[in-house]
Amino acid sequence: MSLLLVLFSSFFIFRLIAGDPIDQLTRERPVTPEQRAAMRAELGLDQPMWNQFLDYITGTLTGDLGTSLQFRQPIAELVAERLPATLLLSGTGVVLAVLLGFWVGTRAGWKQGGRFDRSQVATGLLLYSAPTFWLGMIAILVFARYLGLFPVNGMRSPSTPDEFLPQALDIGHHLVLPVLTYTAVVYAGYLMVMRSSILDELGADYLTTARAKGLRDAEVRRRHAVPNALLPTITMVFLAIGNIVNGAIITETVFSWPGLGSLFVSSIFYPDRPMLQALFVLFSGSTILAVLCAEILYWFIDPRIRKS
Amino acid sequence: MSAPTRPVSPRAVARARRRRAAARAWRDYRGQRSGMVGLVVLGAIVLLALAAPLLVDESALSVTQATGGRLEPPSAEFWLGTDESGRSVLALTLWGTRLSLVIGLTATVAAILIGTVVGVTSGHIGGWYGWVALRVSDWFMVLPSLVVAIALLAVLGRSAATTVAVIAVVSWSGTARLVRAQTLTVQSRPYLERARALGAGHWHQMTRHLLPNVLPLVLASATLLVPSAILMESSLAWLGLGDPNVVSWGSILNRASDNGAVSARAWWYLLPPGAAILVVVAAFMMCGRALEAVFNPRLRGEAP
Repeated sequence: MSLLLVLFSSFFIFRLIAGDPIDQLTRERPVTPEQRAAMRAELGLDQPMWNQFLDYITGTLTGDLGTSLQFRQPIAELVAERLPATLLLSGTGVVLAVLLGFWVGTRAGWKQGGRFDRSQVATGLLLYSAPTFWLGMIAILVFARYLGLFPVNGMRSPSTPDEFLPQALDIGHHLVLPVLTYTAVVYAGYLMVMRSSILDELGADYLTTARAKGLRDAEVRRRHAVPNALLPTITMVFLAIGNIVNGAIITETVFSWPGLGSLFVSSIFYPDRPMLQALFVLFSGSTILAVLCAEILYWFIDPRIRKS
Repeated sequence: MSAPTRPVSPRAVARARRRRAAARAWRDYRGQRSGMVGLVVLGAIVLLALAAPLLVDESALSVTQATGGRLEPPSAEFWLGTDESGRSVLALTLWGTRLSLVIGLTATVAAILIGTVVGVTSGHIGGWYGWVALRVSDWFMVLPSLVVAIALLAVLGRSAATTVAVIAVVSWSGTARLVRAQTLTVQSRPYLERARALGAGHWHQMTRHLLPNVLPLVLASATLLVPSAILMESSLAWLGLGDPNVVSWGSILNRASDNGAVSARAWWYLLPPGAAILVVVAAFMMCGRALEAVFNPRLRGEAP
């Protein structure tokens, strides 16, 4: 249902608001009306709008995303080529951010108002307020330009020997700065969510019981508070997947990382409408799928929902 | 107090009650240190933005009248150095404040308007309209906002007005959900039943009873929407999707990266606009969190 809404809105944005694609294609060249008509017939634009919409939906559902204007290649191939880079960057970044955010958030919330809590909340606030692209630029300036520790951009150097280990190390070396930037930006959200979730549990009776049993403070936190606090957090993590996509687009662009995000941005200015449209559907669709998965997952891990 | 000889109209009673509530909220707000810090910083920035034409003449923004050299480091004449065409980075950053604030605020007002209208009507009227409104706002909530914004800007064309519209379109859904939830709570209170029994129509109920009750919440959520609107604007402008004719912090950084400021190690060109975004966004966040704590007693004593 939501997925159909994505397809519908992408058709709406790119076909109806954007105007006639023929005008776009022929902007620079003089064309006769006959040529225009021929192009229309070739692209199926002479059909009624409703048929075009149906064609578009069936095409997308069968994996035919159209042809990119800037690369003259099927979009599906280009996406498959770029996908691993995006998954590598955002996967590493998200895992790091979630682990770090949950760990620090738990500690900060447990001793609410303490020195650790205040300093971590302030850091989180600052990281959240900093624009992603600016953090990336500063990281390049300091670590790549001044200190010369890391490569400036891209994913691999051309001079690396073509074997597995050197290649992997080279990619890892290129990965450090983008992942750090990305983690820094996404981390703040997880920190705050986990912290407030722990705060909600702090006064709960079962914690008093656990303490009365004589458990040590760290044990009460680890075995009793954290599992309960994690439940609402997991939904938040999945709901925030939109932010993950946003962060990936910006980070890839700053570091010229050859993934889907930088592809999306480079398609804006060509302008490569079919590519933009395909990536729009892909990004939005995968976000909605992820949220759907979260709901199903939640059903499995929270017994209260299953029973009601 | 008003003169006892005059009968007090119900409207005056309501007004006095609201004034007292506002005074109480302000007292609570003053107790929060970070909120006050944020407020003072914001006040200073707004003053700077208003005073920008007095401090630096607008001609400092023109490429043809630039007096400095290309990418000069900070000096006595240019405190923060110059950009690639010899303009003062300080002047650019100062003037950028105006656009960034204006876009952030107008986009927030637009988003809040859409969100409040959708929230109150969907909560009050319910039925299939409420269901559809809820689904649509859920859908907008989940979608990656930057992707939608880029797609819309790519087809609508670049200008300050489209930027505002696009940011509003991607950010109204949170407010709508919040307002809807609050509307549903207020709806079930006895005084609305009384109003209905006395023959109040939908319009009267919504404007007289529901809106005044949801407005404080809306205000708090608005203060938290402004920083994300400013961040969104700067990201879009940095990608090159901003209005090409005006100066905002994002567009300064866009030109900086297009002209190789990073490889030229022109730190004076990169730091000021970004730091300005950071300070404004952090100040708004501090105010917003303090306001939230005032209007949502569960969080009281919570804001750092």
